[in-house]
Amino acid sequence: MAQVPGEVTTLPRLLLNNARERGDRPAIREKDRGIWQTQTWRQYHDHVRDFALGLAALGFRRGEKLSVIGDNRPRLYQAQLAAQALGGIAVPVYQDSIARELQFVWSHAEAAIIVAEDQEQVDKIISLRDQLPALRTVIFDDARGLTRSRFDWLKSFEEVEELGRKHAEKQPGAFEAEVEKGRPDDVAMICYTSGTTGSPKGAMLTHGNVVATARTFMAAEDVRASDEWLCYLPMAWVGDSLYSLVLSLASGFCCNCPESPETVQRDLRELGPTTVLAPPRIWENMLTSVQVRAADATPLKRRVFARFRRVAEEAEILRSDGKPVPPWLRLQLALGEFLVYGPIRDQLGLRRARWAYTGGAPLGPDTFRFFRSIGVNLKQVYGSTESSALISIQPDAEANPTSAGRPCPGIEVKIADRGEVLIRSRGIFKGYYKAEEATREVVDGEGWFHTGDAGFLDPRGHLVIIDRAKDVGAMVDGTPFAPQFIENKLKFSPYIREAVAFGNEKSFVAAMIAIDLNTVGNWAERRGIPYTSYMDLSQKAEIRELVREEIAKGNATLPDSTKIRRFLLLTKDLEADDAEMTRTRKVRRRFVAEKYAEVIDAFYNGGEEVELSTLITYEDGRQANIQSRVRIADVEAGTLSHA
Amino acid sequence: MSSQLQIAEVSKSFGGVLAVNRVSLEVRRGEILSVIGPNGAGKTTLLNMISGFYHPDQGRITLDATDITQSAPSRVAELGVARTFQNIALFKGMTVLDNLMLGRHVHMRAGVLSSFIYWGLAQKEEVAHRRRVEDIIDFLKIQDLRRRPTGSLAYGLQKRVELGRALALDPKILLLDEPMGGCNHEEKEDMARFVLDVNQEWGTTIILIEHDMGVVMDISDRVAVLDMGQKIAEGTPDEVRADARVIKAYLGEVKAGRQ
Repeated sequence: MAQVPGEVTTLPRLLLNNARERGDRPAIREKDRGIWQTQTWRQYHDHVRDFALGLAALGFRRGEKLSVIGDNRPRLYQAQLAAQALGGIAVPVYQDSIARELQFVWSHAEAAIIVAEDQEQVDKIISLRDQLPALRTVIFDDARGLTRSRFDWLKSFEEVEELGRKHAEKQPGAFEAEVEKGRPDDVAMICYTSGTTGSPKGAMLTHGNVVATARTFMAAEDVRASDEWLCYLPMAWVGDSLYSLVLSLASGFCCNCPESPETVQRDLRELGPTTVLAPPRIWENMLTSVQVRAADATPLKRRVFARFRRVAEEAEILRSDGKPVPPWLRLQLALGEFLVYGPIRDQLGLRRARWAYTGGAPLGPDTFRFFRSIGVNLKQVYGSTESSALISIQPDAEANPTSAGRPCPGIEVKIADRGEVLIRSRGIFKGYYKAEEATREVVDGEGWFHTGDAGFLDPRGHLVIIDRAKDVGAMVDGTPFAPQFIENKLKFSPYIREAVAFGNEKSFVAAMIAIDLNTVGNWAERRGIPYTSYMDLSQKAEIRELVREEIAKGNATLPDSTKIRRFLLLTKDLEADDAEMTRTRKVRRRFVAEKYAEVIDAFYNGGEEVELSTLITYEDGRQANIQSRVRIADVEAGTLSHA
Repeated sequence: MSSQLQIAEVSKSFGGVLAVNRVSLEVRRGEILSVIGPNGAGKTTLLNMISGFYHPDQGRITLDATDITQSAPSRVAELGVARTFQNIALFKGMTVLDNLMLGRHVHMRAGVLSSFIYWGLAQKEEVAHRRRVEDIIDFLKIQDLRRRPTGSLAYGLQKRVELGRALALDPKILLLDEPMGGCNHEEKEDMARFVLDVNQEWGTTIILIEHDMGVVMDISDRVAVLDMGQKIAEGTPDEVRADARVIKAYLGEVKAGRQ
């Protein structure tokens, strides 16, 4: 196996190291009461130490699990490190999960301690407590509404730290001794992958896995101790753990926690982080907001924006083809930088970003090109939970919308017979928790991890991912059918939030579309089209016409046989709460196909209308059934032959 | 629990209409007391008399041994009674932050001149008040709305800001006139949570007028029922729920021989 630069160690040891070597440098900030409050590495270390000793006083032992739930808060990161310092395992969970999902994860992981951000999360735990026999203590960060609670198993973060300080008086050096016992092949965290099929699986990542991955990342990219990073991605997503915990510890850069999920956009702008990682969804939302604001601007501004956007894209296409940019175009670019590109980057909080990543799912080429053209160094990164979030990355000079980048140093990539991408590296996980069979299915005897993605290596050595291997099918005439590829074409439209394409073993492609309430609502308002709700808006004839045009645009870039022929506008967005998507917003195809079986039938037997009965789940777990008649429309009149 | 506010035999009539008729009520320190009753029962009039907006024709209202029967609203506010209104009363053109800072007005000591110079006391005072307002912003989870004009906010959020404005007074007693009126299910749940949290975290006494019986029965320590200007029942939610006169006032009389 290839060598990774730097010593492979444990996360708590990296923390001790940072407290020693850069004790006065900022480690983490949190925006509180409207002001950024900074903790240095020494303070960060002290909190972790006190909390860890408090946990020890509460009887937390090696190998036990501590789960955290909530938005990104310094204390939730510190709690994870504290557990790891004692040889425990961190289990971050999605803060917006519904009770049933939480119950599954916590009882499967046998969480002994849960650290919750606030009362909202504590309430969820209280409702589940009877079903969690392993759970001993719940610790909260924000005391609002909890100070008078009289449960002896419920404690505040401060109380536990205080316990720890008392413990330290009795046993000085206990913390360092515990850290010393840790080994790189101890499990550091269990990340539950929401999975597009079945129950979540808990991927066990060792200290060695994640530290080696962070070192690999630092070898591939110019990560600096002076970097600033905004922690806004769900803590349960492996990408956040890798960045906000591991990479920050390994390189010493500063993490910043936003004030609340609603203020992320403003905090991003205020902070101007030097590196940004976001899933495609967020890049698409950013582009949409730019487009909406441009459309609402005065005619002069609108024309300036359109003109310079064209200039930038023209130049970007030349650059990505490796061609020189002619002087007159460069002159216009300079003017555009002053008038358009700079101000947009500033508005989006990307002004100081040296690089920006998109990962987790493919990003539409037009969105990708837009950000690169306005001077954001946007690159694709590819990874999965089981590979500690990193497999390949695009070098600065080779960014393009189609590839997933070059495999990082020390990461071996092989393409299996059926096009499946196989990986071998030090970052490959130890296995799924309590699921050896599932582990054997994805990691073979030689240590190759089967990603489940279909792809190939292009002549430059870049990895190209087509779709999930099991989703790639064929149409009746034998044309390969990759649904995600088609859906991404549709999702580039600012009006289309989500799309699901059908076509496997069918004669043509059809799609279910969920409109974007913001942009379509804005479009309707500007035209004086009244509407009351998502359902009402989605069934307006004008909106159907709008989407039809958007689909036709997407179709223009698709080969004839995979052009979308029929579509339907859903009366609600696809939701993770309804199990239609994963928490990271990937379509759960098999489930959706079953749920909307009648729609699919109607697509292919020429039906004009379909009775849609949708079961929706509220956040508290209650369900409601909504009945509606929905029209199915043809994209181009007369192209459909009902064979 | 000791009694904090005594309402003794108060009456108020408007022209020939007797809106409140000899109502007596004791409010205990730190409790959530709900006042319920059909439309026109005199609930808002009672609240208006407590806050000094109306003065009773008869009877006495005492707050911590101070007679406030004839006190002006500004005096009652200074004594620590804050309120929200059935119809939102915010400065719509001003930001959320400014509306909340205005709520601190009774606590501000700096005069016009020193405020204008903004040095020493005036500056220190402004910072201290801003800190308190930030606590409230954090408490009500409206960090993203600081700079938004209140008029541009959704109805449920305006209700929340109005609660914040009342809280900025650091009240001992909080009068809430239908804080959940016109709100959807989620907004109601949020508001109920905030009311409970205010009561628990800061020990604020709360007098609540609300039509949603589910909320009232869930969060109140005690409930008083008014009908046609008279108090017809008072007690814990369970006692009130079982009271024959209350059922009659709400559902009408069940006549013998008819189902």
